[in-house]
Amino acid sequence: MLKNLIEKYKDLPDNLVQDIEKIVKEQKLSSEDIKKVFKKVMEEYEVSKIVPGEAIGVVTAESFGEPGTQMILRVFHFAGVAEMSLTLGLSRLIEIFDARKIPSTPKTEVYLKKKFSSDIKTIRKIAAMIKETSLNDVVREFSTNLTLFRVEIILDPVGMRDLNVTKKQVIDSLEREDFNVKETKDFIYVRHNDEDAKFVDLFRLKEKLKKVLIKGVKGITQVLPVKMGGEFIIMCAGSNLKDIAKIEGVDEKRIVTNNLFLIAETFGIEAARNMIIKESLDVIKNEGLNIDIRHIMFLADVMTSGGVIKGITRSGITSEKESVLARACFETPIKHLIKASVTGEVDNLNSVIENILLNQNVPVGTGLPDLVAKMVGEEEARMSKKRKEKKVKKGKKKK
Amino acid sequence: MADNGESNIQNHMLVPKHIKLSEEQAAIILKKYNVSKKQLPKIKQKDPALTGLDAVHGDIIEIIRNTPTVGKSSYYRVVV
Repeated sequence: MLKNLIEKYKDLPDNLVQDIEKIVKEQKLSSEDIKKVFKKVMEEYEVSKIVPGEAIGVVTAESFGEPGTQMILRVFHFAGVAEMSLTLGLSRLIEIFDARKIPSTPKTEVYLKKKFSSDIKTIRKIAAMIKETSLNDVVREFSTNLTLFRVEIILDPVGMRDLNVTKKQVIDSLEREDFNVKETKDFIYVRHNDEDAKFVDLFRLKEKLKKVLIKGVKGITQVLPVKMGGEFIIMCAGSNLKDIAKIEGVDEKRIVTNNLFLIAETFGIEAARNMIIKESLDVIKNEGLNIDIRHIMFLADVMTSGGVIKGITRSGITSEKESVLARACFETPIKHLIKASVTGEVDNLNSVIENILLNQNVPVGTGLPDLVAKMVGEEEARMSKKRKEKKVKKGKKKK
Repeated sequence: MADNGESNIQNHMLVPKHIKLSEEQAAIILKKYNVSKKQLPKIKQKDPALTGLDAVHGDIIEIIRNTPTVGKSSYYRVVV
């Protein structure tokens, strides 16, 4: 019975059907009543649908615009937990919707597998493995010895102890990068691989050595274990999904970053869409504002409809508009108009802005449908006869 | 990350289920929404979520999203 009805009303969204099923079970409704419930729900659902021709873009813009005025402007402050700065508020929202390639504060959230996420010691250990440590962090002094033509590195024992790095690790990682490393009692030195190297090359070598990765993941400058929703996660400043996911204990199914383009590159466009929604919802909730999620979902759909993330800018989705006048209305009008006139573009005046410019009927809402009548049979014959008579009359009058 | 990187991408919490539609299914969808393939939203052939589906240009991909407003819902993208 219930199954038949679900099949009959399969246009109903999943959530509603589930709710109805739940109520039916709880209230033990009779089959007559179930039918009534389905009918009523379907009616309500049809009524609450958006009407064809509704200007949803404008509604979305308004819904973002008003709360946007109340957002904090240009704040670069410490969010909740200490030691980690994050861009929030309007500037972050602009960043998302403009589809900036790299966020001003890249962040990666690393969740751990269940086995690892209870003990704070293992979490700290994993966090230390993620954090980027370059040679510069464990060295007291770099010096170039010009007589012996080599770079001498004096290691910093205190720094090494803090970061849990051994001398052997340093030498190993230098050798891995194909440097000509030798060890003495007090320091280690590096010779240039090329025999005919000049002095300049020696200095270049020194700069290169500073950036050598000793351990950790490239690009992660800060790590911070945080308790969130009953489990520990590691917040990382910087974004690098692939390398972090390789570390043991990291749950690669839940690792996320706020770098939308990196998400699109590693997990695909649908994941990027989900992240756009999640990130903008986070900002809005943080501010204590309330924008319906449907508006955000709509924006995310528009931004990802081309298979790549496109911002709401003149180089993004606006550049894809068919009409020249519509594009010119957004930004840099002269550029668009000149280009269109040089290439001989045609504007068919199909959309809204052009028609507002030209003071014409706008194809939105009640302006969208045209009246089309098709005459059949006798009616048709009568009408065409009338038309002919009219023409004849007009012709006579002219004479 | 385990050896097969492909399955991992599809298991990620941000990635919804992607299904390649057969010719007949695609025709039904196009008729239902009264659109041409050109009008559908796009997805790149190289998209990581499509690994293992061997989708080619012009295929229609059904994406089963889990949305907070309506529960499970289908979205369609054409491979470009």
